[in-house]
Amino acid sequence: MIYRETGQFKASYAADQAIFRLVEDRIGMGAILFLAFVVMPLVGSQYWLETIMLPFLIYSLAAIGLNLLTGYAGQLSLGTGGFMACGAFSAYKLATAFPDLHVLLVLVLAGSITAAVGILFGLPSLRIKGFYLAVATLAAQFFLLWLFNRVPWFTNYSSSGVISAPPLAIFGDIWVTGFEATPVAKYLFTLSLVSILALAAKNMTRLKIGRAWMAIRDMDIAAEIIGIRPMTTKLSAFAISSFYCGIAGALWAFVYTGAVEALAFEINVSFRVLFMIIIGGLGTICGSFMGAAFIVLLPIFLNNTLLALGLAEAVALASHLEAMIMGALIIFFLIVEPHGLARLWQILKEKLRRWPFPY
Amino acid sequence: MTTAATDLRLDSRQAATGRRQRRIGGVLLAVENVSLRFGGVQALSGVSFDVRQGEIRAIIGPNGAGKSSMLNVINGFYQPQEGSFVWKGERLARMRPHLAATLGIARTFQNIALFKGMTTLDNIMTGRILKMRASFLEQALWWGRARREELAHRAFVERIIDFLEIQHIRHTPVGKLPYGLQKRVELARALAMEPELLLLDEPMAGMNLEEKEDMCRFILDVNEEFGTTVVLIEHDMGVVMDISDRVVVLDYGKLLADGTPDEVRNDPRVIEAYLGLVHD
Amino acid sequence: METLEHILLQPFRSIAETPMFFLEVLIGGLMSGVMYALVALGFVLIFKASGVFNFAQGAMVLFAALFFVGFLELGWPVWLAVAGSVVVMVALAFAIERVVLRPLVNQPPIILFMATIGITFFLDGFGQTIWGSDVRRLDVGIPTTPLIVGDLYINQFDLFAAVICGLLVTVLALFFQFTPTGRALRAVADDHQAAMSVGIPLNVIWTIVWSVAGLVGLVAGVMWGSKLGVQFNLSLIALKALPVLILGGFTSVPGAIVGGLLVGAGEKVAEVFWGPLVGGAVEDWFAYVLALLFLLVRPQGLFGERIIERV
Repeated sequence: MIYRETGQFKASYAADQAIFRLVEDRIGMGAILFLAFVVMPLVGSQYWLETIMLPFLIYSLAAIGLNLLTGYAGQLSLGTGGFMACGAFSAYKLATAFPDLHVLLVLVLAGSITAAVGILFGLPSLRIKGFYLAVATLAAQFFLLWLFNRVPWFTNYSSSGVISAPPLAIFGDIWVTGFEATPVAKYLFTLSLVSILALAAKNMTRLKIGRAWMAIRDMDIAAEIIGIRPMTTKLSAFAISSFYCGIAGALWAFVYTGAVEALAFEINVSFRVLFMIIIGGLGTICGSFMGAAFIVLLPIFLNNTLLALGLAEAVALASHLEAMIMGALIIFFLIVEPHGLARLWQILKEKLRRWPFPY
Repeated sequence: MTTAATDLRLDSRQAATGRRQRRIGGVLLAVENVSLRFGGVQALSGVSFDVRQGEIRAIIGPNGAGKSSMLNVINGFYQPQEGSFVWKGERLARMRPHLAATLGIARTFQNIALFKGMTTLDNIMTGRILKMRASFLEQALWWGRARREELAHRAFVERIIDFLEIQHIRHTPVGKLPYGLQKRVELARALAMEPELLLLDEPMAGMNLEEKEDMCRFILDVNEEFGTTVVLIEHDMGVVMDISDRVVVLDYGKLLADGTPDEVRNDPRVIEAYLGLVHD
Repeated sequence: METLEHILLQPFRSIAETPMFFLEVLIGGLMSGVMYALVALGFVLIFKASGVFNFAQGAMVLFAALFFVGFLELGWPVWLAVAGSVVVMVALAFAIERVVLRPLVNQPPIILFMATIGITFFLDGFGQTIWGSDVRRLDVGIPTTPLIVGDLYINQFDLFAAVICGLLVTVLALFFQFTPTGRALRAVADDHQAAMSVGIPLNVIWTIVWSVAGLVGLVAGVMWGSKLGVQFNLSLIALKALPVLILGGFTSVPGAIVGGLLVGAGEKVAEVFWGPLVGGAVEDWFAYVLALLFLLVRPQGLFGERIIERV
């Protein structure tokens, strides 16, 4: 009885098309945004903001990107890490070549470059499907990383290999990257960007372009017959997905680690992001957040638990246990609930609709 | 078959033929000399027929006669080795699915081809995709054309939902719907394209009597109210003879007969090849 | 212009100038191709019999090698270590059939594929939780001294690997062709439903296939392990079997072998002659990009059956 649609009538199609159709949902979302934008910066310690919230938000963005491609358009990709690296290095080249460029412009341009690269590697999707495509996207992963690692132009001929991201300000002297940036500024900047992009993703998925993606995913033949062009639809999914991953990669290098290095975007990152969307829920935006939270928090939780148990060599053990648990959970979710945490959340809401009555 | 049902059909048929006779216009689509081979299998050989504006045209024939292949050729899914099309007097060398959709050819499938992961409403809304113009940026921002279009098309789609009486399943994922309703949603999606020519591949297969009658009524209503031309494949001879204006009979990929239901029914070749088995 | 000539022509010139060296590189590449083929073979077996694209084949290679070397380190004699590893791999096949495949039967292939990614992580984590993540040397007594034929230096180890691979393929071919189980396997590969309808127990067949793939993985693991040491990296090397499969076609045993040889030889030649010109480590991506280009031209692979789509 806490959560119910009874009595909430929609007088217009506009109201029925709203993202949050129920008052309870709107209140809940408002509360989450309030917590994220107001409470967290006030009470969060530097550890929380920088070590937990930043990677969580950035991974969420990458997960949204992959979810658009895999969850909505049905094109499996194992090249997320490569595309993130592409975003990071594009941003680095842009920021060093044009020092006066505004940080938002740097990010958008880096995302657009990554989108173009995404289209290039998405071309095989016109002829192949499923795991064939997964192997093709591995080519993006390995080739792009090699490119950034080995071609010195991308690192501005730096000899050390580890290059730090140049400082950029959002306005005046409010720095969001570099050494002078405060944790709160970095956090709020990332949070705002991720919120806006998440909302945009949600909008796309519930309108024409999202329906075209899902139509291609569910039955490409029928989609073609109602006039959806498979080519433009698949490539648009690759482009927009890569745009998101590119911005996530740029944020990772510029805001989170402060260092631009290809090693940060190894194949493991691709798998992590894939796991986020499987565990969080394929084809849901809010699931991308849940999956990211889960995968970011799992190693921290394991580490702390093992330390509390007083186990020596806990770091290596924790990473092995993490791999085991992730693997097992993937299988578990694929078998039991392919729609992931997001679906479990929905089921919980359905329960709340009736609570405390059994029916 | 109950008498009530027969009556209903006869009524609708008489009413329909009376009104429809005036509406049938010139040739909408002519299929000329189409031959289709899969490797060594000759699926269609030299089939020609035409479809007039506003009529209900049935394609019948035994299993494997090439009926579904014919529909697949018409909406460009199979490329025939020979043959061409004339659409509204204009000759087309080849048909492509996307071209067919832009010309206004919609289609349902023998074994339902809905988007299983989407709701009824979203499925039907996909039928409007060709008519939407908003850029992805407008969509991302839920702004400008994106917003206006979405609401306008939603209003249109709601009319189809009302027409086909599927209001109650608007927000249900189609994968969970029973077979009969899925067929109806598929029809709704095709109608959302505002087609000039509607291809129905066994729209009543696997339905019970009541569902069949509903479907017949919908097809006749679509034909009368929107003036949509219908080409349908159907095995139920009663239905075919009742609702169609003209019938094409295919057998082993060849055109066996073409004419009004009465002509076809009395054609000795058809009786031998097909109807003979039914009526005896 | 000059760089272009540098990259396009120079390597061919050096190939022409040092034909013996080129031959050595080529043979070396072919030999490591044999190793890729060993891994790819496991993939093909499973794909043929169950339609599952087993991403975890690489992890199974590492897993088997970890147990084998672990048993040896416990002081077990070689035959016991082999027997122990075989038991482990068969048990693994049982577990996978029971826990993963059976509940996911009739799911779309892409779901099963993702499930095998889950298996990959589980096995990598599990194996290393038990045996640790240090690099272990594995010596099963394969000679490593080079063999000199005329002017050519050939690594004896590689030769040995090629012989093992040849033997394995022959045994598998015989098994598939002439035993009742092999016949049942081929029937299942052809058509699951039809096979079931004539009374072939699908679950048993799957367990057998995964066991066989596990044993192939064990052989590959021991060979790779003796060459490079048993370590986590094996799992990544095995990933290269994926482009091998794309080249060869998912359903073809000869394809796996030819694909393996092509990838092995191609990447070695590219690395040695072109690598220095573009910064090295071309090996990292050569196989994948080759596969990518191949996909655009011939998606079904060299020996795969043509994919025909029907409405």
